[in-house]
Amino acid sequence: MELYELSIHELQDKLREGETTSAEITASVFGRIDAVEKDVRAYITLMRETALAEAERADLAIRKGEMGALTGIPVALKDIFCTKGVRTTCGSRILNNFIPPYDATVVSKLRAAGAVCTGKTNMDEFAMGSSTETSFFGVTRNPWDLERIPGGSSGGSAAAVAAGECIAAFGSDTGGSIRQPAALCGVVGMKPTYGRVSRFGLIAFASSLDQIGPFTKDVEDCAILMNVIAGYDPRESTSVPEAVPDYRRFLGRGIEGWRVGIPKEYFVAGIDPEVEAAVRQAIRAVEGAGAKCMEVSLPHTDYCVAVYYVVAPAEASSNLARYDGVKYGFRSEGNRDLLEMYKKTRSAGFGAEVKRRIMIGTYALSSGYYDAYYRKASQVRGLIKRDFDEAFMTCDVILTPTSPTAAFRIGEKTDDPLQMYLSDIFTISANLAGIPGISVPCGYTESGLPIGVQFLAGHFQEGRLIQFASAFETHAKIERRRPRL
Amino acid sequence: MEYEPVIGLEVHAQLLTDAKIFCGCSTKFGAAPNTHTCPVCLGMPGVLPVLNKKVVEFMMKMALATNCRINRECNFARKNYFYPDLPKGYQISQYASPPAEHGWIEVELNGWKKRIGITRIHMEEDAGKLLHDEINPASYVDLNRTGVPLIEIVSEPDIRSAEEATAYLRRLHEILVYLEICDGNMEEGSFRCDANISLRPAGTEAFGTRTELKNMNSFRNVQRALEYEIKRQQYVLEGGGQVIQETRLWDDTAGVTHSMRSKEDAHDYRYFPDPDLVPVVIVAAWIDAVQKTLPELPLEKRERFVRAYQIPVYDAGVLTASRALADYYEEVVRLSGQPKIASNWVMGDVLRFLNEDKRDIRECPIAPASLAEMIRLIREGTISGKMAKEVSEEMYRTGKTPEAIIKEKGLVQITDEGALTKTIAEVIGKNSEQLAQYRGGKEKVFGFFVGQVMKATRGKANPQLINDLLKKMLAGDK
Repeated sequence: MELYELSIHELQDKLREGETTSAEITASVFGRIDAVEKDVRAYITLMRETALAEAERADLAIRKGEMGALTGIPVALKDIFCTKGVRTTCGSRILNNFIPPYDATVVSKLRAAGAVCTGKTNMDEFAMGSSTETSFFGVTRNPWDLERIPGGSSGGSAAAVAAGECIAAFGSDTGGSIRQPAALCGVVGMKPTYGRVSRFGLIAFASSLDQIGPFTKDVEDCAILMNVIAGYDPRESTSVPEAVPDYRRFLGRGIEGWRVGIPKEYFVAGIDPEVEAAVRQAIRAVEGAGAKCMEVSLPHTDYCVAVYYVVAPAEASSNLARYDGVKYGFRSEGNRDLLEMYKKTRSAGFGAEVKRRIMIGTYALSSGYYDAYYRKASQVRGLIKRDFDEAFMTCDVILTPTSPTAAFRIGEKTDDPLQMYLSDIFTISANLAGIPGISVPCGYTESGLPIGVQFLAGHFQEGRLIQFASAFETHAKIERRRPRL
Repeated sequence: MEYEPVIGLEVHAQLLTDAKIFCGCSTKFGAAPNTHTCPVCLGMPGVLPVLNKKVVEFMMKMALATNCRINRECNFARKNYFYPDLPKGYQISQYASPPAEHGWIEVELNGWKKRIGITRIHMEEDAGKLLHDEINPASYVDLNRTGVPLIEIVSEPDIRSAEEATAYLRRLHEILVYLEICDGNMEEGSFRCDANISLRPAGTEAFGTRTELKNMNSFRNVQRALEYEIKRQQYVLEGGGQVIQETRLWDDTAGVTHSMRSKEDAHDYRYFPDPDLVPVVIVAAWIDAVQKTLPELPLEKRERFVRAYQIPVYDAGVLTASRALADYYEEVVRLSGQPKIASNWVMGDVLRFLNEDKRDIRECPIAPASLAEMIRLIREGTISGKMAKEVSEEMYRTGKTPEAIIKEKGLVQITDEGALTKTIAEVIGKNSEQLAQYRGGKEKVFGFFVGQVMKATRGKANPQLINDLLKKMLAGDK
């Protein structure tokens, strides 16, 4: 086994025992990057030199017996997190040259924990997409099949973990952007409760839905990373001052007697039969672990995609207004006046999908339409949240497919936005309700593409999700394959 | 036909908090461009606003001082529009749920009192400033002002004339400054006013089509712009035309309003609740705590002065024009026990000296204790009123106490009857001709004698004493 193939906890054991060094791990990861990045294209910006320097510092700390929560572990960051002094593009031409003078709170926490940052990963432009195809910097390929997409929007982070181009990675999830690519790339991906992880320094797409979370090779690593990033941040008004438990304590505790809700609305037409079969198999696995599965109803499920595609674009249309060519980022040349500068800068700076959503959102907020769209969507969002509150009165967790299909082909859905939007049909509801969700590998298609299962729990129940996912991992005994690259 | 103007005013007041509304940057005016900025107020990607609690408290003070109802919960909303001085592309303001509503203040006009309703007060952030270089055509953006807290105070359309409008504005201004939440500086834009105005036939209820007036940066300009706009709308209506709903800019130099944009060109601000901020919850205990910090307001103070110090309403008005002046006056009263005399000196010499030098009462070199002491010295007859004038000037110039000045200048009044009797006898002896005239019934000559005695004593004699003694001695009693 190469070092880049190992998990965080495996590497930490080796570091603790002095069997390896962060410099060796980091070199192994960059060796892997050199070998496969030309095919996968997971990164927008590589940070090789700073990573090697960070690794040396980590080794010094380890020798001094000062090993932090992530000391010496190479992690990748979606290019949506502001990194001081390092270009942060959000996958867009309009931020092609933007170098933030500050770190996102999550980045500060990772640095404080001793992590080594390998680079900034590719993503759909402004996180708008489910395939990483809308990136200004080109498509990321799925390591399991280079003809296919890795999912999105955090496709670069998911692909980097799956391909061994980092040990773990971070992404953001507005409608499924962590869980869906995690499922499609065969890794673990968690979207915590809205308010659990600070959004400060996360470039906003839809502020009431965005949340940061980890991509890892297994559930234990997920718990390790959640311990580092969760918590209240005085710089963020919507972060919640709720105590953070030690998520590792939830590992390996079993789920005997747990009540597992299977929402009937999530097993309807449109699911790929292979995906459905794998998820049914997962249900049997958790029953094998002693949990009781029961049907639950989330009656407003049908409205989730519609509500999402009003709320998210509305917020985005406002969040993206700051990219006007005045202060930073791309500005078109040769403008006769202010209006022309705005028009040309934004026309050339944003890609088609971003422009589409700005248009939708602007329309939904316009006078005369606000009540019919934004207000109505906000009201239905309340009903969706209530569905979950009611469901969690009768069950401990909810189990659903993560994505209706395995990874689709590059270009397959780019001309059909509605089909693309349906990729997130099972993940969007958790963002609308603000609840945590995790996607865990649960099998493979016949052609060898990974499939994911999603677990959802009530607000601030990440510990419960980790406990459940850890038990599933143990009992389902999913064969651990590696993509052939 | 006779028309009645219907006017409503929107006032933006910059709050005197140390830090901006959503970040820790300084709010100080006049710094080098873009030095009071950070990623948050520069609207950089990924940054988030955190509400400054002081702003809420300042808003609550104004709400309580203007009899508003404070709502338990309010929200921030985004007002979306593109402009280079607005780095986020939206202004964080409040829209559907304001923190304070249904208030009123009382204004006085020609002796009449009138209540003007306040629709709402809400909090928002200020925008930056653009600077244009005309010689080398370029525009510069200064974002120091971006995020400076404002409250917007919206009146009901209760105002019926330009005079009423300025009376209302002056009263609002006075309250804000009294509360020490706004410096009220109109030139620097700390206190700004927009007006909505329409005309309707006198005696009717329905509102006419309104115009919105902007760019009036003094009380006088508000009054002039409204007077102009009333005449303009009247002219349009009398000519059988219709007023167009539009925004008009006041041109101070030309003394007219110009159309800026029509209703069709009006922005659609696409207000929606700001998802980056949580609702502000204002509990009763917080309101009570803020209420306790409220100072006595100008109107209450004015009434108390009239009542407690027995001074005319006009004097009370002058003395309560600012909190500092009122405090100064009250200190002089406390130390001298002479409200009326204190009022005369403060309104007279003290304010005259300060006005001549364009200084504020807080910079007055005459300490209240010195003024009180001088009043005592006059009453005790140590110095005359005339001497006091000299003393007060010297106190203002040097900041010295009256005792020190009197000593230096030898200004002690002669109150010794014996010495004065002697001097008067000498004066009478030297002017037998005038004495004869006086005794012959020409009483006007009395003034001549007073003058001569004053001259002989170099103004140091107590005038009352001179009068008394002179009368007796001229009559030949002695």
